[in-house]
Amino acid sequence: MTTRAESHLVSYPRFLARVLWLGTEGTPWFYAWMTLLTAAALVGLHAWATQVRDGMAVTGMTDHVSWGLYIANFTFAVGLAAGAVMMVIPAYLYRDEEMHDVVIVGELLAVAAITMCLLFVVADLGRPDRFWHMIPGLGRFHWPVSMLTWDVIVLNGYLLLNLHICGYLLYQRYLGRTPDPRWYVPFVFVSIFWAISIHTVTAFLYCGLGGRPFWNTALLAPRFLASAFVSGPAFLIVALRLIERFGGVHVGEGPRRTLLKILRVAVLVNLLMVGSEAFTAFYTGGAHAATARYLFFGLHGHDALVPWTWTAIACGVGSAVALHLPAVASRPRLLDLTCLAAFVGIWIEKGMGLIIPGFVPSTLHEVVEYAPTLIEWQVTAGVWAFGLLVFTAAVKVALPVLEPHAPGAAEGGHA
Amino acid sequence: MTDAPRAPRPLPVIQGDVTRRALMKGAGAMLGAAAFARALQPLTEWAQDLSVDQFLQRHYREMSPDEMQAVLRRLEAQAKEDYGADVRIDDVRPQPGVQFAYALNLSVCVGCRRCAEACHEENNHDRPSGNSYIRVLEMTKGSMDMEQGRADYDGPVPRPDKFYMPVQCQQCDDAPCVKVCPVEATWKEQDGIVVVDYDWCIGCRYCEAACPYHARRFNWTKPQVPADEVNPDQAYLSNRIRPQGVVEKCTFCLHRTRRGRLPACLEACPTGARVFGNVLDPDSDIRWVLENKRVYVLKEELGTRPRFFYFFDK
Repeated sequence: MTTRAESHLVSYPRFLARVLWLGTEGTPWFYAWMTLLTAAALVGLHAWATQVRDGMAVTGMTDHVSWGLYIANFTFAVGLAAGAVMMVIPAYLYRDEEMHDVVIVGELLAVAAITMCLLFVVADLGRPDRFWHMIPGLGRFHWPVSMLTWDVIVLNGYLLLNLHICGYLLYQRYLGRTPDPRWYVPFVFVSIFWAISIHTVTAFLYCGLGGRPFWNTALLAPRFLASAFVSGPAFLIVALRLIERFGGVHVGEGPRRTLLKILRVAVLVNLLMVGSEAFTAFYTGGAHAATARYLFFGLHGHDALVPWTWTAIACGVGSAVALHLPAVASRPRLLDLTCLAAFVGIWIEKGMGLIIPGFVPSTLHEVVEYAPTLIEWQVTAGVWAFGLLVFTAAVKVALPVLEPHAPGAAEGGHA
Repeated sequence: MTDAPRAPRPLPVIQGDVTRRALMKGAGAMLGAAAFARALQPLTEWAQDLSVDQFLQRHYREMSPDEMQAVLRRLEAQAKEDYGADVRIDDVRPQPGVQFAYALNLSVCVGCRRCAEACHEENNHDRPSGNSYIRVLEMTKGSMDMEQGRADYDGPVPRPDKFYMPVQCQQCDDAPCVKVCPVEATWKEQDGIVVVDYDWCIGCRYCEAACPYHARRFNWTKPQVPADEVNPDQAYLSNRIRPQGVVEKCTFCLHRTRRGRLPACLEACPTGARVFGNVLDPDSDIRWVLENKRVYVLKEELGTRPRFFYFFDK
C-alpha cells in the first residue's frame, strides 16, 4: 500500500499500543485518580448487571414516570458534547491560535461525553441483548420516522467525526509528520454543524411528543443549545486549569478568556429562555401550568422536585451574576467555583428538571412522583466515572504531544 | 491555512524502568479484568436463561409460517417450564373486511372496575402489581377536564356527583407510539389494532413517553402468575405472558375478537356500557352507536384519530 519504510498495518497498531502505554503513565496522583474512577465504573457496571437480571423494577421508574435519571443524564451529556464545539468555533472559524493549541481538549470532551450518552441509553434499555434490532440491515431501523433513529445517527456520527479528527492528528504526530489539513479540516467544519444537530435532534425527541405539553414547545431545541453552551465552556474552563495544574502543560489565559466570554452570554440567554417558559406556563394558567406548578412549588402536596428546581435556579442566577463581576473573573479559584455552580445548575435543569416534569402529572393527570434508587445512582456515577476516565486518559496522551509552547512537554507530563 | 505547519513533535520518550512498569501495568490490567468479570456476574446468570434461538429470533413480520410454528412451540414449552402451565399460543391473524372500533357509554358506567379486573385475568398480567390495560377515572360532573379526575378512588360506587371514565388503548389511526418506536416493534394491523412484538421490543419506553393516553405498560420485572390462574388461551401478539423488560398494551383481546368473540372487558361489564364490533358491518352495534349517538374521542386536538369513542345517553 505505502512505499514508506513502514506500512500503516504495522505502525498503526504500534501507535495504538503507545497510546495505551502513555494513557496509563503518570504520577501517584494520576494513578489514585484513575483507580478511583475505575472502581466507581465497576460499581456502576455491577449495578447495571443486577438491573438487567432482576428487571428495571430495581429503579424508581414506573409506568407513570417511565424515564428517569438515566435519560436525564443522557440529555445533559449530549449538551456537554455539543458545548465542546465552543472551542472548535473560535479555533477554526475565528483562527484563534491559542485556542487552536488546546482545541483537542474540546474534541476529546466530545468523545468522552458521547461515550457517556451511549452508555446511558444502553443503561435505560429493558432489553440490552436486543440492541442489534437497531442496527440497519440486521434489525429494523425505523428511519426516518422515529426521532430516536435520527439521534442514533447523529450521536454516532459525531463520535466518529471527533475520533477521526483526534486520532488522525495524534497518529500523524506519532509518525513525525505534519498533519495534512485536507484530512481533518473539512471534518472539523462538518463537526461544527454536527454539534448543533446532535442537540437539536435530542430536543426533537421530546418536543415532538404532542401528549407531553411540558416538552411540546418550539423553544426546547434553542434552550438545549443555550444550556449546552453554558455546561460545555464551564466544564472546559475548569478542565483547562486542572490540565495546567496536574498535566505540567502550559495553557495560555487566552482560551479561558474566550470561553468565559461565551459563557457570560450563554448563561444569560439560557436564563431568558427559562424565564419565558415560566411566564408562558404561569400567566396562561389552566391545566398546562400544572407541570410548572409541580416543578417550582409542588402539586397537591407532591414536591419531590422543588428542592432540585430551586437549587438549579440559585446556581443559574448566582453564576450569571458572578460571571459578570470583574472580581470573580480575576480570581481563578472563584471563577472555577462559579463554573461549577453553572455546570450543576444546568445538570439539574436539563436533567431531572426537564425529564421528570414531562411525566408529572401523567397524561391522565395523575401525580405519581419519582425518586432515583441506589442502583440508579450507582449506574449513573459509574457512567460518569467512565466518561471522566476516557477524558483523562485521552487528554493525558494528546496534550503533551500537540501543545507546542510547553518547554517540558516532551517529558510526557511527569510534573 | 488554519493549521500553520509546525515542527513535528515525537511522542514523549519513556523514561525509567520500563520492564518493571510494564509488569505493574500487566498486573493492574489482570486485576481490572477480574474485577470486571466479577462485576458482570449477575448478567452471566441472567444470560443462562437466554437461548441462541431466542436471541436470533426475527421480527414477527419477517418470520415464515414454519419459523413461526417453531417459535410458538418454544414459547409454549417455556411457559410450561417457567410457570408450570399448559398453554396454547397461536398466531391469530386479522380477518379481511373487519375494522374494529370500541365505544363506551359514560352515562351508564358505574366505575366498578370489573373491566380492569377482567383485563388483568384475561391478559395474564403480573399478579403482585395488579396490572391492567384499563384505568378508570372518577370524574367530577360538570367537568371534562381529566385534572379534575382521579384513578385512585375508593369506597362504594357510583357516587352521585361523579361520573366514571375508563381509559385504555385508543388504537389510534395515527398512533404516536408507532411513530416513535426505533425498531418497528409496534405497528398497526389491518383491522386497526396496534400490536407489539414482545420478542422484538428493546424496552426503550419511548412509546410510553409518546402515548397521550397512558395506554402502554412496561414489564419492570418478569410477570408472576400462579399456574392455576394462567389463561391458557393465548396469542403471540396479545395475551401470552410477556418477557421481562418489554412494553405491552391492550390489543382489544385480539385472540378473542379475531375469532368472533368479544373483548374480556366488555363481557365483564355489568351495565352494558361497552360496545364493540366491526364498523364495516352495517348491522353491528358499534355502527349503530357511531351513527346515532354524539360520540367524541379523547384529546382529539392531538390528531391521533382514536378508534375508541365515548358518548353520553342522557
